Amino acid sequence: MVNLDQAFFLYFAAMIVVFSIVTITRKNPVYAVMALLVVFFHVAGLYVLLNAEFIAALQVVVYAGAILVLYLFVLMLLSVPREALGAAVHRRWPVYALVGGAAAVEIALLLARSKFAQRPGPYPPDVVREVGSTQAIGTVLFTEFLYPFEVISLVLLVAMIGAIVLTKKWTPAQGGEEGR
Amino acid sequence: MTIPLSWVLALSAVVFGIGVIGLLTRRNILILLMSLELILNAANINLVAFSHYLHSMRGNVIVVFTIAVAAAEAAVGLAILLSLFRNRRTVNLDEVREMKG
Amino acid sequence: MTRSVVLFRDLLIPLLPLAAFLVNGLFGRWTREKAHWVSVPAVVLSFLLSLLVLKDVLSGVNTYASLYRWITVGAFDVSVGVMIDPLAAVMLIVVTSVSSLVHIYSIGYMRGDRGYARFFAYLSLFTFSMLMLVLSNNLLELFVFWEAVGLCSYLLIGHWYDRRSAADAATKAFVVNRIGDFGFGLGLLLIFVTLGTLDYQAVFLGAKAASNQTVDLLAPFGGKLEIGLVTLIALLLFTGAMGKSAQLPLHVWLPDAMEGPTPVSALIHAATMVTAGVYMVARMHPVFEISPAAMATVAVVGGGTALFAATIGLVQNDIKRVVAYSTVSQLGYMFLACGIGAYGIAVFHLMTHAFFKGLLFLGAGSVIHALSGEQDIRKMGGLRNKIPATYLTFLIGSLSLAGVPLFAGFFSKDEILTRAFFAGDLGLVLWGVALLGALMTAFYAFRLVYLVFHGETRLLPDAAHHVHESPPVMTVPLWILAVLAVFSGWVGIPLIAGGDKIGHFLEPVFAGVPHAVHGPLVLQGLIIASSVLVALLGIAIADKFYRTSRGLPDRLASAWPRLYSLFLNKWWFDEIYDWAIVRPTRRISESFLWKVADVRIIDAFVNGVGSVTQQAASSWRRIQTGFTQDYAMTLVLGLLAIVAVWLAAW
Repeated sequence: MVNLDQAFFLYFAAMIVVFSIVTITRKNPVYAVMALLVVFFHVAGLYVLLNAEFIAALQVVVYAGAILVLYLFVLMLLSVPREALGAAVHRRWPVYALVGGAAAVEIALLLARSKFAQRPGPYPPDVVREVGSTQAIGTVLFTEFLYPFEVISLVLLVAMIGAIVLTKKWTPAQGGEEGR
Repeated sequence: MTIPLSWVLALSAVVFGIGVIGLLTRRNILILLMSLELILNAANINLVAFSHYLHSMRGNVIVVFTIAVAAAEAAVGLAILLSLFRNRRTVNLDEVREMKG
Repeated sequence: MTRSVVLFRDLLIPLLPLAAFLVNGLFGRWTREKAHWVSVPAVVLSFLLSLLVLKDVLSGVNTYASLYRWITVGAFDVSVGVMIDPLAAVMLIVVTSVSSLVHIYSIGYMRGDRGYARFFAYLSLFTFSMLMLVLSNNLLELFVFWEAVGLCSYLLIGHWYDRRSAADAATKAFVVNRIGDFGFGLGLLLIFVTLGTLDYQAVFLGAKAASNQTVDLLAPFGGKLEIGLVTLIALLLFTGAMGKSAQLPLHVWLPDAMEGPTPVSALIHAATMVTAGVYMVARMHPVFEISPAAMATVAVVGGGTALFAATIGLVQNDIKRVVAYSTVSQLGYMFLACGIGAYGIAVFHLMTHAFFKGLLFLGAGSVIHALSGEQDIRKMGGLRNKIPATYLTFLIGSLSLAGVPLFAGFFSKDEILTRAFFAGDLGLVLWGVALLGALMTAFYAFRLVYLVFHGETRLLPDAAHHVHESPPVMTVPLWILAVLAVFSGWVGIPLIAGGDKIGHFLEPVFAGVPHAVHGPLVLQGLIIASSVLVALLGIAIADKFYRTSRGLPDRLASAWPRLYSLFLNKWWFDEIYDWAIVRPTRRISESFLWKVADVRIIDAFVNGVGSVTQQAASSWRRIQTGFTQDYAMTLVLGLLAIVAVWLAAW
């Protein structure tokens, strides 16, 4: 019999799988975004189950709150007429789907046959629960991972500048080719 | 502590597979980008699960980084999409074949 | 002063010109016509510092220092260092003084030239290289700067590179020097292989220890031709000196080098660089001393060149070429002196020659400047009153070159002749050769004076129009050099006790050389009298030929047409080289190296690689579909393959 945790997991897993499939099968991108939103929320729930409240919050705030809104904004800016979209999938899609599926199966096999190290680290679930996952992550993030953390801020900065440069409307006077 | 690790791993493999299939079959670049998000999420699920079962915080920290990179990727990817749409009036990837040899 | 301060001062001597080169070389676009404000102070300052160094050396303070370790590979250990002894001090004074005067002179001579800043940059670079050459304390450092002065010579001969003849002359100088330098390089290698060092003192000691060793030259071919190791080393080193100092048969580049600006001819091709060979032989004299054969070679080549170049100088019509052949001839005298073991005299002659020959070149430059570029002495004449300062200084230079008593050239040249007379049978023959050469020298020196400055004018009308005396910035260096061309000889007065100051000064350097045999005083006096007589005779003949009976030269020329054309065409050396070396090389290059080796083999290979790549690319380009998802698909297939391998190998 399944216990409560397992029941919740099965619910989340089912929702995640179903709405993932919905996401990639919608012809209208708006529906796809909505389905993806559902997926993200359930992934966040899964994180809570796995004792990672902070990541769950991040998932909701950044993924659901920021990234998906960005998608919606772009959708609005593009406003592609429905008939211009054409077919949802390209003509060779069955072969490609087969290969993608095969890759997933192989990875599943790989995971199933792997043995994972059982060397408990310094953060067993009770400790995390006691200090809170935010503090636990913060401690590691700002000590061991300080330099990667600083680097990732640079990555974000570059992405920001890149996005601005890419979407700016260049006039010929500004040195753009054909005033892109 | 009652959810077996293998369940989570199976879930992440399934989500990864769905993401890859979406990436390989769809024409709409927006959907492709969303498929990419699915793949990233599959990886994140794995990381969080291992973090939980191995009593380490490192997996969680890497998820923080992944989310930051995903945000960057989405911003740049969508910017490219916008500027592509401005020039070519299309969002379908198979209509952009400048790289053909 | 502490030792390090002294060392710093000594190092400033070469480094100041280097700094001037860097400024003018890098910022020549800004310094432009003000380039001399950088170079001239730098070089003059290093001249003044050289005087301080000379004062130290006179009071017996020598410097020997390694600055830093340059190369260390196994046993190969070379440092960059400086060595200042009396020999180096004399060279320092000669180089910096002539260089300073030439720098100043160039302000006037090169005014308005397109490459003004470039000219000064190279001139300063040359000064730096030459100073480092004389300051080196080991053979490799010497060799590096030996090449560096050759490079500067190339750059400056080709200063007007858009003139075909100048570019060709620069290339010729470089190529001919390469032959000599190849020998020099082989000599260095041989020294290192056999003696294991390149440091002067260690080489001298090693050479002494190896004086009995022999080398079998034909060993790789199974033959047997034994030659003394030290003899071989000395001959190889001398090959380098022959190239650099334009000795027979590698002299051909120097006359052509006159295509460069005249100040360059004065500084590089008369006063300093070409004497580097003499300096090197004097510096390496302990090696040469061991091998009588090498010494004899040096003496014979020197004496032969002295006479040979003088014969050509007799009949040339280009004012700079006459002076150039005279330079070759005088360098021959220096080597003659080295070959008979009179190194001190060789260096003495090097010094006086630097002054009077620098003077003659700068004077010739002043004449050319006055005539707006005319160099043919047949189109000159009667310039005495129009450019008096140039005339007087040129006359002093010619008197010095001819060896008229009390002028500098007299003391040094007569010392060489005297020493040759007492240097055994070979020396006696060489004395005769040198005496004949001295006669010719006096003759061609005054042939120039009479043809250029005396008689009626043969100028072309439009050139005659604006003949003008050079500005003071050019005549003042001439006067200073004229003073030096008179008085610099007075440090080596023969016969009188204590008169030979320079010989005494240089004695510590040449301490190991056996003492010269001097004959009785009366005999010495007679020898000196004979050479004075010869000099005056030469001047008298020139006077007769070109002043009193004018038709005589032409009559002589038509009486011995073959001899005349032999001299006029420089003994056909250029033509012989062209026929024996240049043309066969070209023919082989064209018919084999170009059309077979290059086109059929190298090009074919390269083109083959290209066309194979092209064909492969044109068939494989199809995998570049431009369909992005194909690329993603490739990625996934790769993943599939890797994981499959992993799973299979589990």
